Amino acid sequence: MPQKPKVAVWKFASCDGCQLTLLDCEDELLALAGEVEIANFAEASRAIAKGPYDLSLVEGSITTPHDAERIHQIRRASKFLVTIGACATAGGIQALRNFRNVNEFISIVYATPSYIETLSKSTPIAEHVPVDFELRGCPIDKGQLLEVISAFLNGRKPNTPRHSVCIECKRRGVVCVMVAHGTACLGPVTQDGCGVICPGCQRGCYGCFGPKETPNTRSLSGWFGDLGMKEQEIVRVFRTFNAGAEPFRRESEAHEH
Amino acid sequence: MNGEPATTGRQFVIEREHFDQLFELLARKGYRVVGPRIRDGAIVYDQVNSAADLPAGWTEEQEGGKYRLKRREDEALFGYAVGPHSWKKFLHPPNVRLWQAMRKEGSLEVQEEKQEVPKTAFIGARSCELHAIAVQDRVFMNGPYLDTSYRLRRDSVFIVAVNCGCAGGTCFCVSMNTGPKATSGFDLVLTEALEEGRHYFVAESGTETGAAVLAELSQRPAEDREIRSAEEVVARTAGQMGRTMDVSDIKGLLYANYEHPRWDNVAARCLTCGNCTSVCPTCFCTTVEDVTDLSGQKAERWQKWDSCFTMDFSYIHGGSVRSTPKARYRQWMTHKLATWIDQFGTSGCVGCGRCITWCPVAIDITEEVRAIRESDFRRTKRDRHGDTGTDSG
Ligand code: SF4
Ligand code: SF4
Ligand code: SF4
Repeated sequence: MPQKPKVAVWKFASCDGCQLTLLDCEDELLALAGEVEIANFAEASRAIAKGPYDLSLVEGSITTPHDAERIHQIRRASKFLVTIGACATAGGIQALRNFRNVNEFISIVYATPSYIETLSKSTPIAEHVPVDFELRGCPIDKGQLLEVISAFLNGRKPNTPRHSVCIECKRRGVVCVMVAHGTACLGPVTQDGCGVICPGCQRGCYGCFGPKETPNTRSLSGWFGDLGMKEQEIVRVFRTFNAGAEPFRRESEAHEH
Repeated sequence: MNGEPATTGRQFVIEREHFDQLFELLARKGYRVVGPRIRDGAIVYDQVNSAADLPAGWTEEQEGGKYRLKRREDEALFGYAVGPHSWKKFLHPPNVRLWQAMRKEGSLEVQEEKQEVPKTAFIGARSCELHAIAVQDRVFMNGPYLDTSYRLRRDSVFIVAVNCGCAGGTCFCVSMNTGPKATSGFDLVLTEALEEGRHYFVAESGTETGAAVLAELSQRPAEDREIRSAEEVVARTAGQMGRTMDVSDIKGLLYANYEHPRWDNVAARCLTCGNCTSVCPTCFCTTVEDVTDLSGQKAERWQKWDSCFTMDFSYIHGGSVRSTPKARYRQWMTHKLATWIDQFGTSGCVGCGRCITWCPVAIDITEEVRAIRESDFRRTKRDRHGDTGTDSG
């Protein structure tokens, strides 16, 4: 029997929610353990097997000089590197610092600011090293994670479409919250993958999965304005977990006066 | 009169208080009954067990990008236009597994999908929707490749149509010659009449099966006066269309205007979200997704609704053919209204207005056609002696 592929899970600036999604795969965890050797997964075990790794799952964004170094070591030790979650793919909620001077935050938050060594921006992994695949979400979706691992193991392309949340919303027969209730929804500019959680319980989409392919944020925020949203509110809807993703960043800045 | 055979072409009256019998009868005959009911602020199509599940006394306000339920002053059961769902969800479901394969002792075993299709009765299909079903019939059953699973579902359906008693703000079936009176494609058709203290349905069968069902209900032959009332209902609706579309020489118009500046204008507004194609009762495009399990022992192929508004839709080795939103909107509208006629012999649009109401930013196909017609290149060319002001596309 050929050796099982070695999988490692790494953490950078993040809340651990995406790694926990892996632990959440309760029903599939045994099957997974049968197919791969989990070589490093701090949330599950302290044991660290030495590299090289066949597949590295990287959570979190780069926010410190030390992490900016560490990601290069991980890249060197990994045959295939997949970033998981909004922090790793777009800088996460902590990318809100990118819009301000980080030193001001430090002086307010920390008792001894001089102890803090941090970068001025929170950046996605792909800005530092080549990434083989980006899995979106805040947090990532368990089904999509298994799909990506299964695609990797079977040498095929994962089914993680880049189209809008609306496509899946309609497949599920959800009544559109924007049209039927006048609720602002980021679904038309957000990538599908969450399983339509918010519109499915009659709330607007928050954009957790980041910008879809060819997102027309300008047209949508014009419509938000017609629905009665103020400029500052439009800034806010684009500034959440994927604030640093280019199309969302540009749109939020366009409404900041 | 109960039990007297009701023959095709003759009209009968069913009083409102006897209307429940239809649901009981269809259930007794083994049908899953689906029809309009209220859910999450809209009238959707879902399982209905009795007339009490229908949106009695409700109607809606529809505009571009806007839909709101409203109370009516009466207790009409069908006093609204079409909502976000169409019968496509039953006949051409959004997710269908096509086959599975397992690894068995070194070889691959393909399992054909077992087709279990419940007998289904549609209650309240509108004329535009019957035309839409006929369009999909051509696509799935009348071409060189028969879609056997569509065929199975289609053959298990019993259709109770309703002539529209009011038009929605985005309806334009009169322009498309698809309504509001149902003329074919149903087993039974009803017109709902409400007049001073009376509430009844004028019913007519369209098939033998429909006639047999009608015969088992409490009904009596309609009087001339009742037939006239039913005709007035339809005539009134025809006069209430929220939208119109001039479709004269539509192919010539669209084929001559591929580079019209209006396509850039609509592309600036279009979100390429795909809602219009999903709600359209004639749009039929699908993609296939192949999935494997972790062990690689099992694979499945799924068919899912797709949209010409996605990049993957036109992805051919290394890139998307229609990478710009402009190209995608133009493809959708030109196919719907023009190339569809070349391909299938009918328009792909039945004037239901769904794409207008359910577009999150109110893009209106009737407005887009109007805008192009108003500055038709062929005409402006003549007017301006060849100065067409084309864009670069
Ligand atoms: S609810 Fe949101 S995601 Fe769903 S169709 Fe409407 S705009 Fe799109
Ligand atoms: S026309 Fe409207 S519904 Fe259709 S893709 Fe564009 S924005 Fe979405
Ligand atoms: S194109 Fe629009 S109006 Fe025409 S049938 Fe489709 S959804 Fe209805």
